Amino acid sequence: MRKKDGIVVKKKKLSTADKVFYTITYTVFILLALVCIYPFYYLIINTISRNDYVDLGLVMYKPIGFHLKNYVNLFKLENVANSLFISVSRTVLGTFLPLITTAVLAYLFTKEHMKHRKFLYRMTVITMYFSAGMIPIYMNIKMLGLLNNFWVYVIPGLIRVYNMVLVKTFIESLPAALEESAQIDGAGYAQRFIHIIFPLSKPILATVALFSAVSSWNSYMDTLLYITDSHLYTLQFTLYEYLNQATAIAASINSMTDMSMLDKATQISTTSVRNTMAVVTILPIICVYPFIQRYYVQGVMIGAVKG
Amino acid sequence: MAKNTKKHKTKKNGYKSVYERDGRKLFWMALPFVIFVFVFSYLPLWGWSFAFVNYKPGRNLLDCDWVGLRNFTTLFMQPVMRNRLMEVIRNTLGMQLINYLLMPVPMFFAIFLNELRSVKFRKFVQTVTTLPNFISWVIVYSLVYGMLAVDTGFVNNILKELGIIETGISFLTDSNHVWLKMALLQLWKSLGWNAIVYMAAIAGIDHEILEAAEVDGAGRMRRIWHIILPQLIPTFFVLLIMSIGNFLNTGMEQHQLFSNAMTKPYIESLDLYVYNMGIGSGLISYSTAVGMMKSVISLVLFAGANWLSKIVRGTSAF
Repeated sequence: MRKKDGIVVKKKKLSTADKVFYTITYTVFILLALVCIYPFYYLIINTISRNDYVDLGLVMYKPIGFHLKNYVNLFKLENVANSLFISVSRTVLGTFLPLITTAVLAYLFTKEHMKHRKFLYRMTVITMYFSAGMIPIYMNIKMLGLLNNFWVYVIPGLIRVYNMVLVKTFIESLPAALEESAQIDGAGYAQRFIHIIFPLSKPILATVALFSAVSSWNSYMDTLLYITDSHLYTLQFTLYEYLNQATAIAASINSMTDMSMLDKATQISTTSVRNTMAVVTILPIICVYPFIQRYYVQGVMIGAVKG
Repeated sequence: MAKNTKKHKTKKNGYKSVYERDGRKLFWMALPFVIFVFVFSYLPLWGWSFAFVNYKPGRNLLDCDWVGLRNFTTLFMQPVMRNRLMEVIRNTLGMQLINYLLMPVPMFFAIFLNELRSVKFRKFVQTVTTLPNFISWVIVYSLVYGMLAVDTGFVNNILKELGIIETGISFLTDSNHVWLKMALLQLWKSLGWNAIVYMAAIAGIDHEILEAAEVDGAGRMRRIWHIILPQLIPTFFVLLIMSIGNFLNTGMEQHQLFSNAMTKPYIESLDLYVYNMGIGSGLISYSTAVGMMKSVISLVLFAGANWLSKIVRGTSAF
């Protein structure tokens, strides 16, 4: 085993079998890492290279003719700026509102003397394993007047049951004495929640907030199902439209092409818009990824322990 | 907490009523939330009634003709519909079968990664392979779109440079090996993430056992085979059992994105079928019937998995 005694650092000599093993394993893992990271790198270098070279497929390993015009041009497209706004709003609202509702419900469910607690809790938890199906849910959303409504992005996700269970488990692990002392001092449930439980639950709440933020940002099924008004499209969905429908993207581009400024290297094109937009869509995920790594793993572990 | 309850129950009547009143107060506080859950998760169940009527868009449910189980029988009896349904079931089962065959891959990924000496390298591989889990399928699609483009894509360029092919392969609009491609994409996206659980399980193995085995002259492969692997098998089975309940949920996002005229006959899974028929073609009644059967079968699978887990592990999996 690897031992770091500090005093005697023995370097074991590798046997031939070990050498073969390490060579093969390292090679396989390097290849795997490349397969995972290269598509991202490839996408990025294609957005900052000469557009005419990109269209010919010449940019393979490193950027050629560096320029950032694509990013400037992208936001001149009307739908892009608008869908970015929609995406950001839904992510912000879809992260913080559910955080509050989920935490409050989790806290309430930790109180064992709540009347009919078992019944309410079971009813809530069962929804994780059972769904009425896509069409009935669609009809329900329609009945509630949420079709083509911005709030369809936020309201149905207000209570995320899985997250609620995680938070509840965490609150139950806190020492009960803290709350009891506040109770003796005459603090009601609301006060105890705001001043004691909420601040103490920060680690799990951060995890849950990240869960919600990533899934809100990434979600595109809800736009596909419930939204037909292009002013309410999210970034993910506009990107999907651009990838699938050459006409949608061409219309956007044509509306802004200024013939006097034609420059092959930086001229906006279908490919440049698609690639640049994809990078813009990934960027927030890459930015929060270091935090995700720290918190998500914790979250998974809690989830795995508790089931 | 349990102790707390008992203490209160033994208290005098006066205390008990205060305690009960408090319990009722909590009930009223939690109720709005549960009603909310009810509205978005239970209320849609009324929509199941669409499966038993001949629904016409724009009409009130009560004005539609009641047809009983005719929608269900049509799905299985009418030749065209039956063929498509069978195709969809075949696709769902086929793709899931490959996914299940690939299920041990993250376990072996974790085992071999753990054997490497450099902590930095291990961290790096984990970080890089977990990233795809956090990006959306739309992004995966656009990455694949760029990498595999017919004339200009990276993969086709490399293959051409190496002289393996003359003209570009159109990976995405090709009806061959669709299931395998989809399964591999899913593996690409989830490999690092799914390995985390196994990495944690390996970290939990008692080092003394491994050291004892080493002293006794067990080589690397023997230690993996006789000590590490047996310790991971329980984790593997828990995950396997838990996945049974989701057997029919193949994830429609991926299939919807990658489906086109060429791939559609092989990529259309149950979820996508319901979407295409219900939202796409407006056949609300038929698609509700299909979705309903899917929900019921899922529930049965879920109950079965739970029962299996109780027998095998003595606890319920969920």
